Amino acid sequence: MSYLDIVPIGEVDEALLLFLRKSLYQIFKIQSRIRNSRFDLSRVYDPVRNQYNSSGLLLQLISDTPSDTFKILGVTELDLFIPIFTFLFGEAQLNGMGALVSTHRLHNQFYGIPEDKELLKNRLLKEGIHELGHTFGLIHCFTLKCVMNSSTYVEEIDQKSIDFCRLCEQNIIHSRSKKNLIDIGPF
Amino acid sequence: MNNQGVSILVVDDEFSVRDSLYNWFKTEGYRVDTAENGMEALKKLQESLWDIVLVDIKMPKMDGMELQRHIKKIDNSIIVIVITAYATVDTAVEAMKEGAFDYLSKPVDPDKLSILIRNAVNQRRLMVENIQLRQKVEELSLQDEVAGESPQIKKILEMIDTVAKTDATVMIRGESGTGKELVAQAIHGKSNRRYFPIISINCGAFPEGLLESELFGHEKGAFTGAQYKRKGKLEMANGGTIFFDEIGNITMKMQMDLLRVIETKQFTPLGSNKEVNVDFRIIAATNTDLEKKVAEKDFREDLYYRLNVFSIQIPPLRERTQDIPLIAHYFLGKYARSMNKDVTDISPEAMKMLTQYNWPGNIRELRNTIERALVVVGKKNRIESEDLNLLFVSKANPPGNSLEEMERAHIQRILEQSDWNISRSAETLKIDRVTLYNKIKKYGLQR
Repeated sequence: MSYLDIVPIGEVDEALLLFLRKSLYQIFKIQSRIRNSRFDLSRVYDPVRNQYNSSGLLLQLISDTPSDTFKILGVTELDLFIPIFTFLFGEAQLNGMGALVSTHRLHNQFYGIPEDKELLKNRLLKEGIHELGHTFGLIHCFTLKCVMNSSTYVEEIDQKSIDFCRLCEQNIIHSRSKKNLIDIGPF
Repeated sequence: MNNQGVSILVVDDEFSVRDSLYNWFKTEGYRVDTAENGMEALKKLQESLWDIVLVDIKMPKMDGMELQRHIKKIDNSIIVIVITAYATVDTAVEAMKEGAFDYLSKPVDPDKLSILIRNAVNQRRLMVENIQLRQKVEELSLQDEVAGESPQIKKILEMIDTVAKTDATVMIRGESGTGKELVAQAIHGKSNRRYFPIISINCGAFPEGLLESELFGHEKGAFTGAQYKRKGKLEMANGGTIFFDEIGNITMKMQMDLLRVIETKQFTPLGSNKEVNVDFRIIAATNTDLEKKVAEKDFREDLYYRLNVFSIQIPPLRERTQDIPLIAHYFLGKYARSMNKDVTDISPEAMKMLTQYNWPGNIRELRNTIERALVVVGKKNRIESEDLNLLFVSKANPPGNSLEEMERAHIQRILEQSDWNISRSAETLKIDRVTLYNKIKKYGLQR
């Protein structure tokens, strides 16, 4: 059996991880599990920016993976960046194994408004699906409601749905059938 | 709308920047590649076409500014976006002055990059579309209908080329049907104003009041029946050319108004109190003797000199008969295509008739003759003399004014009256048979 591993990086609310495991299974129809792993955060921390290098973290995430791991979604509270960008909500390997999402800028509190836990869960799920979509080879979609629509600020995440559009759905089915993953269900 | 087909080249000496931008653009669906220095970038620019190039300002050996200059030399329409650190914003501004589309300060806000690239793609699409449309306009405007191989027409084509490059006012003279409007269109089509319209107005076709409204436009309610505001032809020609056909037919008042417009490039639409500024080139045409009109005080001398800056005289078709085969074949090809007929040639007999005819209606008449011949040609694949005969019989064939032309037409008529009986014709003409034979040979007459 192949697994979708949900891997916390640093301190992450367990309720969020359990929510993700359940929801991602319903979406992707792949057995999901929460797996702990060790990270050397000092190697990816930039003291000038007070942020963590997302690409470095992604490399650590995909190293030393169990043989039954099909996809990995790293979840962190840390504020992520890549050198060219001020921040990232998440990063993924296009057509690869690993994806990473950060809740840091998904909290309402980050923008100075009262926290909304349901909204946070909703945003985290959308970004998780979105980044995992990239690992299935999906690129950004122009359909506004599609979960693969690009989001560069948090309100854009709220505008899209958790669903793939018909075209992205077909592409993901095609991608999974090519990899001979037997457990293909409707999204 | 999608990003596939849009190509982006990222040039930066920092691997992390190249790598992160590469991944970002890849997930956005662009065709993307990277280069770590100017030389590598130039090689990739020569190997394939790129829509957008992101260039880091600070690079060893060839810096971003120098690279940008090279890129613009290769293809001026490539969108260049410079990437810079805060410390080099001044240089980025300098790069924009040299044609960069915009600049990005590292680190970039993802939203800003997303909007910037979207705008750049739109700009690039508009540029490419603009280039394609300009090429199309050029192809259309250079459909050279002023055709001919005679020395007269070659000289006219040279004059068109010379005057098209200037903004000088042109006066085209010639009989009706000689192609004055075609010459005007050719001048406009080769001028720098070719991407703007050429507006024609037949001055002889409007009574005075209407011509005024046609030219200057009017406000709503300016006169009875003016239910809507309407732009005049002068305003419609803004940026382009206005062609006044039959300029000799305008009234004295109109001449005065027109002179003022030509001098000031300003006019006031009827019923308006606001002056409109316009920029156009004037080409005028006439088949009347303007000099005589000036002498008789029927045409303002000052307007005459304003219009007659560069004069082109188009000879009548009968004075350049050697052009007739070329023009006839041109119209044959054109109308055979439009009528979907497989007629590709004109028989030698028919061509002889065409070249011997007097063509009082000039090229317009030749065009109509060929068009009509194609209608009656039936299933034949070439025009025969009988296809033209119908037309010749059905219309008056007035000779030119010269003695030779009168003589030719008269002999032809007498021969036809006697059913080409040489003796009877010679008797009627009061000449001997040998002289008649010589005349028939001289004028190339045949039954």
